Amino acid sequence: MALLRNARRFLVATAATTALALLVTGCSSAAPPSASGNASSAPAANRSITFIPKQLNNPYTDVVLGGGKKGATAAGFAKSNVVGPLEANASSQVSFINAETQAGTNVLVIAANDPDAVCPALTEARNGGAKIVAFDSDTNPTCRDLFVSQVVAKDVALIQVELIAQQIGGAGDIAILSATANATNQNEWIKYMEAELASNPKYKDIKLVAKVYGDDADTKSFQEAQGLLQAYPNLKGIISPTTVGIAATARYLSTSQYKGKVALTGLGLPNEMRKFVKDGTVTEFALWDPAQLGYVASFAGKALLDGTITGKEGDKFTAGDMGERVVGANGVVIVGPPTRFNKDNIDNYNF
Amino acid sequence: MSEVLSAEIGAGRSTATRVLTSRGAVMWYLVLAVVIVLSLVVPRFASARTAGFLLLDVIPILMIALPMTLVIITGEIDLSVASTAGLTSAVMGMLWARGMNIYLVLAVCLIVGLLAGAFNGFMVTWVGLPSLAVTIGTLALFRGLALVVIGDNAVANFPRGLTTWATSKIGTTGIPVFIIIVLALIAIFGVVLHLTPFGRGLIAIGYSKEAAEFVGIDVGRAKFYLYVATGLVSSMAGIFWTLRYSSARSDNASGLELAVIAAVLLGGISIFGGKGSIPGAVAGVLMIGVINYALRLQRISDVVLIIVTGTLLIASVVGPSIFEWLSRARHDRRVHKDLTITANTPLSPAS
Amino acid sequence: MNRLWSVLRWREFPVAAALVGLVILTYSVNPTFLAPQGVKDLLLNATILVILAAGQTLVLVTQNVDLSVGSVLGLTAYAVGVSFATFPGIPIIAVFAIAILLGGVLGAINGLLVSVAKVPALVITLGTLYIYRGINNAWAGGKQYFAGDRPDSFGNLSVQTVLGIPLITLIALVILAIVAIYLAGVRSGRDLYAIGSDSDAAKLYGVPVTKRIFAVFVANGLLAGLAGVLYASRFNSVGATTGAGMELQVIAAAVVGGVAISGGVGSVVGAALGGLLLTTITSSLTAIRVDKFWQQAVVGALILAAVVIDRVSSLRMTRRLRVSEARNV
Repeated sequence: MALLRNARRFLVATAATTALALLVTGCSSAAPPSASGNASSAPAANRSITFIPKQLNNPYTDVVLGGGKKGATAAGFAKSNVVGPLEANASSQVSFINAETQAGTNVLVIAANDPDAVCPALTEARNGGAKIVAFDSDTNPTCRDLFVSQVVAKDVALIQVELIAQQIGGAGDIAILSATANATNQNEWIKYMEAELASNPKYKDIKLVAKVYGDDADTKSFQEAQGLLQAYPNLKGIISPTTVGIAATARYLSTSQYKGKVALTGLGLPNEMRKFVKDGTVTEFALWDPAQLGYVASFAGKALLDGTITGKEGDKFTAGDMGERVVGANGVVIVGPPTRFNKDNIDNYNF
Repeated sequence: MSEVLSAEIGAGRSTATRVLTSRGAVMWYLVLAVVIVLSLVVPRFASARTAGFLLLDVIPILMIALPMTLVIITGEIDLSVASTAGLTSAVMGMLWARGMNIYLVLAVCLIVGLLAGAFNGFMVTWVGLPSLAVTIGTLALFRGLALVVIGDNAVANFPRGLTTWATSKIGTTGIPVFIIIVLALIAIFGVVLHLTPFGRGLIAIGYSKEAAEFVGIDVGRAKFYLYVATGLVSSMAGIFWTLRYSSARSDNASGLELAVIAAVLLGGISIFGGKGSIPGAVAGVLMIGVINYALRLQRISDVVLIIVTGTLLIASVVGPSIFEWLSRARHDRRVHKDLTITANTPLSPAS
Repeated sequence: MNRLWSVLRWREFPVAAALVGLVILTYSVNPTFLAPQGVKDLLLNATILVILAAGQTLVLVTQNVDLSVGSVLGLTAYAVGVSFATFPGIPIIAVFAIAILLGGVLGAINGLLVSVAKVPALVITLGTLYIYRGINNAWAGGKQYFAGDRPDSFGNLSVQTVLGIPLITLIALVILAIVAIYLAGVRSGRDLYAIGSDSDAAKLYGVPVTKRIFAVFVANGLLAGLAGVLYASRFNSVGATTGAGMELQVIAAAVVGGVAISGGVGSVVGAALGGLLLTTITSSLTAIRVDKFWQQAVVGALILAAVVIDRVSSLRMTRRLRVSEARNV
């Protein structure tokens, strides 16, 4: 009797599960084709673009997205959205990509936390007709149509090495405080930096002793900076090619005995770094105008949708006010040269 | 007097009523209702794509929720499930990068899960430590071992055949093929809990450990098996996670344990032990998954998702508490009324 | 009374010994570990964790747990950022008050649900962990406030030292002393141990259980609020993800310091030592240049060791009590 009672309970549950499955499947076959989001057949007036940055909680990203929104309106997109995880996490980006695929968005502009983890989802989006533009941090080239890069990767690396060499007087130990260990852009820059340090005779007395990762999280970057100076008390300089990392390191240095003794440079936002430049913790750092990056990415998306370009080398398209852009090797578009910031010009910028 | 009171105790409700109004069944009605409402209200929700993406997202939580239900029913808890999954992922990545045969790698990973679960079980049953404390320790230990094994790296080049299989769907229904494995797990755990004496014994252990021991149930062995099962299923979830995202990292599945526990508690499993059902747990996972998915489809920020999960969780435990308080108040009032009636009637030969 | 004190002291012995041993070991490998900057960093890092661990001890002793402290810290730290930005020139003491009160309100919500609705604290605080984090996200969005948005005098609380000890650490030590005295000496503090050991017996004895549990959660909230202010002083940015994941670190610190998860035993001093030990491990490993990836695994092993030691000591205690009772018959 007891067995029968429980069996009945189980049957109820099984019936319910089957009902649920049938419901969902049934609805899917009854739904009209446009409900599943066929992105390529969107009329020109009804286009949508969605930006998926590495993380939402990042002031640098906010500036890029501001430019992107402006570019999207100028390029004629009817709707522009921003979605993304709060922490720089590869697997959570996938759920957002999937939601966009389902929503039938025409252009996805993505900065990848991990070049490969997002690939299967992006491929599915492309199969649904969406165009994929990578920006800031590239994905695997096989799953995107274009990569819009802020500057030539090598230039970014060289400028930072040059700055640190100037600031430590040409000789000494340096370390790199990066973002997440898998970020494509970070790893590319670090690779160029290491190559430059090894090959250029001007830097023969400079030794790279450590690479640490702050995960673009303020507390962690702070603690990593602390750890660096404990482990390597003779450290003369730190390069931090990430706005979160350089700000956290600057905060640590400026509250410690190392202020002014250990040089710090890298990529930073003027608004965040102003205080530290004025109080002498940081002499000079670099960046570019992040808003331009978003702006060009929007126009690249438009050009892909229009069919003006397909992403192969030599394609040309107009990026609104920024003029003509040429697609380089491997589907890479460069936005412009980097800018240096120091106490003479930092007040001229507001981002 | 006994006549009056025995009439109150009476025969109770019929089996069918009890099953159909049980907490687990109620959860299923709610899930079905929510799915129907969302299909009508949210555009593009009712489609094969939803089934696919939603179920893929939900599979790891669903898998781990099954043994977790049994563990919580016996009055214990296991917070280390996500770390076991992460450790499995790290081991998988490390071994694959070293060139081991993929099927051998999978076998090793399952063994890792078994060992992790056995360690938990040993500490809880043999050494006799409180499970909350032990699993907080192993949460940190296993995640730490994952870091030691794979460090900051991510392994991404898993065999294309396997990764495609992990995300492939059944025909045109959009339901992932992996669901079959999950359904098998649901069937196994459901049968064990509801249809076998062993399962009945687990519920008894949850109600009263001493009573269960007196009846002859080997409490220690039962709990040990449960922890081993939990470890094994967690490693399966870790394998699925790695294949689905094609990325083995040390922080995979981070934080999943809280989502599993929230879903299981929502599904009607009592944190005190002794009460709960597999269908209820499945319904809890689906409820959270469906709502999260629909909100994300509407591009509603993650913020709302988090608040919804938290509120559902609190409502799910406070609700029954209030309900119980109300029914107890009603019962007290009724008994009070009967006692005053019988106190005022003269003694009859029957009492 | 004497025997009671010796037992209490014995409980903290393992963690104290581990801490001393670790510091000596690290110093012998890398002397800069104890240089003034190194010591300052150690103390600063530990301060916030110590305050949170002290509050958590109050909760754990009554056989409850509070998983929402990380979210509370995030909310109060963000409130500090918002206060300084919206009211420039606001006195620092007012900001302290705002954050602490906000923490207290959030703790009161937890306390109400746990004590009145009689729902297990694990579940309630798991839910409020989500809800408070969600509110933090909704309020902050992608916005962050940085050290430059706060007055220098506020930031300097983490820089200035008195006798080599940073100001915020001194604040933490004072708080610690107050809570320790309360738990050990004041009647309502001792009641907490009774509630944690056997709450039904405590109720029969006349301890106002509901009121005490509510008060404990409010106190924990107040302390979390204080930790939020100090966080904002020490670190650079406060935003939507501040404090995420801290709760497990806090519980680990308490458990390692001898506070039992099953309630009824433990002291704030132990929890503070546990917090100090955990933060020292991170710095030690970096100073000895051991692969920092071992840090979490070491923490996990320590927690397990602490729980085992707790179990062994409670078994011995039970046997001793049984023997002594048998003798007294």
